[in-house]
Amino acid sequence: MAPIVSVSNLSKTYASGFKALKGVTLDIEQGEILALLGPNGAGKTTLISIICGIVNPSGGTVLVNGHDVVRDFRETRAMIGLVPQELTTDAFETVWNTVTFSRGLHGKKPNPAHIEKVLKDLSLWDKKDNMLRELSGGMKRRVLIAKALSHEPRVLFLDEPTAGVDVSLRKSMWEVVERLRASGVTIILTTHYIEEAEEIADRIGVINGGEILLVEDKTALMSKLGRKQLRVDLSHPLDAVPETLSAYNLTLEGDGHCLIYDYDTSAERTGITSLLAALAEAGVRLKDISTRQSSLEDIFVEIVGTGR
Amino acid sequence: MNIEAIKSIYFFEMARTRRTLLQSVVSPVISTSLYFIVFGAAIGARIQEINGVSYGAFITPGLIMLTLLTQCIGNGSFGIYFPKFTGTIYEVLSSPVSMIEIVLGYVGAAATKGLMIGTIILLTASLFVDLSIAHPLAMIFFFVLTAVSFSLFGFIIGIWAKDFEQLNLIPMLVIPPLVFLGGSFYSIDMLPPFWQAVSHFNPVLYLISGFRWSFFEVSDVNPVVSAVIILAFLSICLSVLAWIFRTGYRLRN
Repeated sequence: MAPIVSVSNLSKTYASGFKALKGVTLDIEQGEILALLGPNGAGKTTLISIICGIVNPSGGTVLVNGHDVVRDFRETRAMIGLVPQELTTDAFETVWNTVTFSRGLHGKKPNPAHIEKVLKDLSLWDKKDNMLRELSGGMKRRVLIAKALSHEPRVLFLDEPTAGVDVSLRKSMWEVVERLRASGVTIILTTHYIEEAEEIADRIGVINGGEILLVEDKTALMSKLGRKQLRVDLSHPLDAVPETLSAYNLTLEGDGHCLIYDYDTSAERTGITSLLAALAEAGVRLKDISTRQSSLEDIFVEIVGTGR
Repeated sequence: MNIEAIKSIYFFEMARTRRTLLQSVVSPVISTSLYFIVFGAAIGARIQEINGVSYGAFITPGLIMLTLLTQCIGNGSFGIYFPKFTGTIYEVLSSPVSMIEIVLGYVGAAATKGLMIGTIILLTASLFVDLSIAHPLAMIFFFVLTAVSFSLFGFIIGIWAKDFEQLNLIPMLVIPPLVFLGGSFYSIDMLPPFWQAVSHFNPVLYLISGFRWSFFEVSDVNPVVSAVIILAFLSICLSVLAWIFRTGYRLRN
């Protein structure tokens, strides 16, 4: 199936001379959840802004469902919903009016039943007549999501949707995202909470310094780059790693009470069996054994750190 | 044409007018009434007729223009500047609307509001002075074209302005002197020859003169020249806007 969003060789240089994007190429598949990770200033928001039409590109093209975002902006923007990073709302409007306004702006005929459904899904129904300035930050965030969903988009961009949102609201937001995905909506999100991306995304893209460092299926990425660590707690502390175990690259921690062994799950042999045998042979008595898998966060820090 | 979007922007802006009814409608009416009391009743009573028109009636077209210009520039600029300031402009920019539709929505609403207030002032004025409109069609021509041109002008200021200071600069500092020196309260015949010549460089003189001619058939300049000047101003504003849209100036950069 052709990608729903196809970015090729996209670049953006701002008037100040700052190069926000340097030849970004990225395909987003229909119906997937893609998480874009990257440090502050990596180019995430610029990329989203160009796809949505807020910023003009300096070079390259973006196609949404085969339509060019500059030339055929009516087709592409009608398909896209955007939830911006900043909590920007018209303070004096009511929830109902602002969401209805968004639908009209996207050229859709009024449909109060749809607006009602969106507001109910986001637990905003009882606030529909409240002015936006009366709402809490989390509520405003939900209003922005409601606005983005008011015109029934096929592609939804969520730029840092959970920044400053409490745990229960975050959970309910992800439930909404799951439901949207189930209905066939493609979702692109950026977040600083990497564990969220780990939980929800199908694919992960890492962007830094205006370049895409990698885009990969989440599980493949985790197993390819994810490392595991075996932690062996010892009954009696050691002064140093025994000579006979030097081949295993062990590190001694916790004042000699603990041995750490790094291994690669994708390698043919993990070396655990032989390590345990060697430990017994060396007369080291074990108290406990645990393993830990590196998280997406560790992987992310490693990729961005090395600029892979 | 995304008619739904034009309607949405237009009614969204008009809703803001309704919310701020006191400030946007009542205050211009009060200030205009004050002008009539001070200039029309108190001072005007001691001034002879100007070109056969009583002083109170003579200043009416100028007063309407004064309010129309400041209101249209204010509404046109604020309408687009405020979303830029709060950041809600993202939504308009990411919607399937062309710049022409954005202008129709915002400028249409600004001009409508200006015309509403202008009409209210006209009605208020008729309570104070005897008014007759000699050329109603010409009067509507000048009235509507001025409202549209200056709402467009305001819209350009709103896009250009980077802060509230810049936003208020032209409406507060440039327009009042132009209106006051453009013959709102006098005929430029009453000025020394040097200042008469200077006045002809003031574009607002042509607006007021043409508008006044449509009421009383007296004017400082030929009404046709007035019509040409206002059409020229409209074309300049449209050209600047076309350039803004082509380059994305201060909107998409």
